[in-house]
Amino acid sequence: MSDRVTNTGYDEWLDALAAGEGFYLESPEGHGSLPPRRVCPHSGSTDLSEEPLPDVGAVETFTVVHVAPPSFAGEAPYVTAVADFGPVRITGVLVDVEPADEEIPVGLEVEVDVATHGEDDERAVVLRPV
Amino acid sequence: MADARVAGVGLTHFGSHPERTGRDLFAEAALRAFEDAGVPREDVDQLNYGNYMGSITENQGHQAPLMAEAAGLRCPATRYEEACASAGVAVREAVRTVRAGQADVVLAGGMERMSHLDTDDVTAGLSTASDDLFEVRAGMTFPGAYALMARAYFEEYGGTKTDLANVAVKNHANAVPNEYAQYRTEISVEQALDAPDVATPLGLYDACPITDGASAVVVVSAEYAAEHDVDAPVRVRGTGQGTDNMALQDRAHLARTPAADDAAEMAYADAGIGPDDVDVAEVHDCFTIAEVLATESLGFFEPGEGIDAAREGVTTADGDLPINLSGGLKAKGHPVGATGGSQIAELTRLLRGDHPNSEHVADAEVGVAHNAGGTVASAVVHVLEVAE
Repeated sequence: MSDRVTNTGYDEWLDALAAGEGFYLESPEGHGSLPPRRVCPHSGSTDLSEEPLPDVGAVETFTVVHVAPPSFAGEAPYVTAVADFGPVRITGVLVDVEPADEEIPVGLEVEVDVATHGEDDERAVVLRPV
Repeated sequence: MADARVAGVGLTHFGSHPERTGRDLFAEAALRAFEDAGVPREDVDQLNYGNYMGSITENQGHQAPLMAEAAGLRCPATRYEEACASAGVAVREAVRTVRAGQADVVLAGGMERMSHLDTDDVTAGLSTASDDLFEVRAGMTFPGAYALMARAYFEEYGGTKTDLANVAVKNHANAVPNEYAQYRTEISVEQALDAPDVATPLGLYDACPITDGASAVVVVSAEYAAEHDVDAPVRVRGTGQGTDNMALQDRAHLARTPAADDAAEMAYADAGIGPDDVDVAEVHDCFTIAEVLATESLGFFEPGEGIDAAREGVTTADGDLPINLSGGLKAKGHPVGATGGSQIAELTRLLRGDHPNSEHVADAEVGVAHNAGGTVASAVVHVLEVAE
């Protein structure tokens, strides 16, 4: 893919996460979602405001991936997790843990960050135990 | 509203056929369907063709006219893509078109080629059914996504890898007599549990194989069948479709599949029946946990109770409600864009009494097919019944 391919809204959200200024979009009904969005996926509202992301989330579910796609070649086993941050859930690579079921408790408290991986230094959302 | 019937079905063998072209696979299924239906090709008004990732895996887009040509059709032809539910949607739109009186005969089905690729390329291709920005970039694979749902299920309701292994054992046993199935071998719970991890808690035997194959279903109006003396003993009594937020993180439940709840509700309402009326079902078991989630969305079990069904024998061939007598995606195989049509074909054979497993459902009158796309951001449900 060309360097010119960008994902406006999402890329800026990653920048904000990396700067410790993570945010989510809130509808007047109080539903949370992540950018880029013009419409709340829960309420249908188009009146979305940026709100600061809670600092700490809890791992709701995870998997230790043993068969990786080419974009994660050579990185297996690694852990992908979905963490509940209250108004939104965030999916990320769970780092700084042993990639083994018995080493990772559901409910583990994590913070969100951005890290690069692979030959192309692709950015990915990461979750790190606090 | 016209009465939509299945006049005939055709399948290729599901398995590893890396030397065969997609057009040859689909032509085989289509010609077999016409022969089974006793409907001449020139009577076909429309082709609804399902395919998921041929643009990536075969460098072949614009497949509908290619497949119409291969099957000897000259009629409007459209490709449907809804990930693993592509052919389910193709069948649903065929039913809706016939019911609306817009066509007398529609050929619906699909094809996928996968086995010519390396496993990591298949993994990459399948992952495009998930949200690229929010899931794939976080390392979520297709098995990984269902693994996230499986662990969420275990956390919310309980359940073990052994429970899931019983689903795999059941479906492998069902596939043994099925001449179209990829894996016609029985497995044991121990073998399943000893298999390598793919994405924990799911192992190799929790996952469907990489499969090449095609399916075709001839959908006709009852009026056409009567006029042309075509035997069409299976009625499509209900159809429904549901959609959910694309990414798991935005779903109302991680351990349930609301899109399939919606599709089932719509299909049951359309058919005027409920889950208690169903005698047999083919459901989308791309992973063992997916069968559990499907049977709960279809209302056969309460949320959290579907995981016991295979182990307790409720859904086995001789159980009260046999599930995936074809062998399912798990053992029959899962050529992604063909699967929805294959389910209708297998259910039709089961209800007609000419399936090698028909003896297990000799008195069955109502069958349900459940076809899901991605992590069930798309779902299609059909209710079939014996009409004559």
